[in-house]
Amino acid sequence: MTTVKRIINFYTEGFRSMTVGKKLWLIIFIKLFIMFAILKLFFFPNFLQTNFSTDQERSDYVIEQLINKK
Amino acid sequence: MEHFDMALVDWSRAQFALTAMYHWIFVPLTLGLSFIVAIMMTIYVRTGNELWKKITKFWMTLFGVNFAIGVATGIILEFEFGTNWSNYSWFVGDIFGAPLAIEGIMAFFLESTFIAILFFGWGRVSKKFHLISAWLVAIGSNLSALWILVANAWMQNPVGMRFNPDTARNEMVNFWEVLFSPTAINKFLHTISSGYVLSAIFVVGVSAWFLLKHRNVDFAKKSMIVAAVFGLLSSFYLVLTGDESARDIYHTQPMKFAAFEGLDDGNVSAPLVVIGFLKEVPDPRQPDVDRFAFKIEIPNLLSYMVALNSNVFVPGINDLINGNEKHGIMSYYEKIDKGKLAIKALGDYKDALERKDQVAAAENLKVFEANYAYFGYGYYDDPNDLVPSVPMAFYSFHIMVILGVHFMILFIVLLVLLYKKKIEEIRWVLYIALWTIPLAYIASQAGWVLAEMGRQPWVVQDLMPTLSAVSNIDKSSVVVTFWIFAVTFTVLLIAEIKIMVSQIVSGSKNEGGH
Repeated sequence: MTTVKRIINFYTEGFRSMTVGKKLWLIIFIKLFIMFAILKLFFFPNFLQTNFSTDQERSDYVIEQLINKK
Repeated sequence: MEHFDMALVDWSRAQFALTAMYHWIFVPLTLGLSFIVAIMMTIYVRTGNELWKKITKFWMTLFGVNFAIGVATGIILEFEFGTNWSNYSWFVGDIFGAPLAIEGIMAFFLESTFIAILFFGWGRVSKKFHLISAWLVAIGSNLSALWILVANAWMQNPVGMRFNPDTARNEMVNFWEVLFSPTAINKFLHTISSGYVLSAIFVVGVSAWFLLKHRNVDFAKKSMIVAAVFGLLSSFYLVLTGDESARDIYHTQPMKFAAFEGLDDGNVSAPLVVIGFLKEVPDPRQPDVDRFAFKIEIPNLLSYMVALNSNVFVPGINDLINGNEKHGIMSYYEKIDKGKLAIKALGDYKDALERKDQVAAAENLKVFEANYAYFGYGYYDDPNDLVPSVPMAFYSFHIMVILGVHFMILFIVLLVLLYKKKIEEIRWVLYIALWTIPLAYIASQAGWVLAEMGRQPWVVQDLMPTLSAVSNIDKSSVVVTFWIFAVTFTVLLIAEIKIMVSQIVSGSKNEGGH
């Protein structure tokens, strides 16, 4: 328990004493929000996962694409 | 080729190039600065000199800014794989899965754990443990780069796999062959050493600015010594690994090799073009066409470099297209025929399976496997479509090499001036050091332009061209996300530069706070 408390203290004190780091964390959170909550959700669906339900269907589709794209 | 939506292919390529190039702005500085910081911290721990503590904290803060802004920008590339490049992702999935999973684990456990200790550990953990953390952050960030570079190397030289025609996936049959292929080893070593050189240039450039401003003189000189020594040693290594990479490309991607040398017709005792300017030529495939407006070349050197023998034949673009029986080079015409056979056999194999005709399936599978090595060629009718942009390959290669030589000379000059204690007097050298920072980024980007544009039209060498790798999606969505990325990454880059500059201006005055 003491070790866990020490680790938690290590991180909380570290975050508290940051100067430029706070601005950087804000940038990181905004960036991750844009990436995962906007881009991934609305603009980047996984094409094969979304359009097909089994691996067999995905394989068949890709083979069809490979054969006919000529 | 008329069946392809080339606008979709081009926008998808442009988007991937944009995100990869922005991602690569942040990565090389992380790779090299992490080691420079670890070296500086080692000196501090060994000497106990408080100035070295201040130096370490200052550069560590800049490392932290770059790391924070750049972290996760590579994830966008994985989004694009799944959405824009689904055929490719499926085709390579089993090869990429293992290296990328290992990368994720490495990056998470090594970098994420020890980077917190590195930044929060001053006075809270022992000096020894703090120092070990610094080295583990450096090793961890470089190891996590290993896996994505192994995956990229596999695309340049696909080995250690077998294509499964039932699943349409390449399956790994020999992990060690994938990991230790000469292409993978050279790519990893050359790429990380280029990151070291870029980081060293960054440190000497910023230190030169301090010296020009007569600020933190001792601090700047000490930083410059560490960076210049690290940069010079890395530059020697960069040359060695670059030389090995070129030899590997000569064997595995001869068209890329011919393109970056602007070599249309092959030659025994081929010369190396040191500097050259290309001119517009209506048809470079015609005999005796010279595409150079000007060039300086060293006789025999290209042949010597590829085989340590100046009598070796180096094939040109025309030899690869038309074949060269004397030198055992199969023509692209023949490869196209074999590729078409492979594609047809794959279709016939699937049809035979549906009809439950096992004999026909086995026959077609045999034809497919015999010609699979040329599968991608089957998408083309004209071999000229298999030639990359020669000016793009030529200039990116030569810019990279010329700048690499400039960096090496700069490190030597700086070290000599530091040794003779004249570094503050020769101000024009300091200005050159400062303005070399953007040149290091240009050289680094040029290296990737060469690697990726020079191998066109392939996304997986000889097996999958870029045009067959794209998803069948609406072009407009790719265009929209291209501009979203362009804006987002530009904002991030501006944020990085602003924070970096403010830290450089103010950070050295205090403890280099983070």
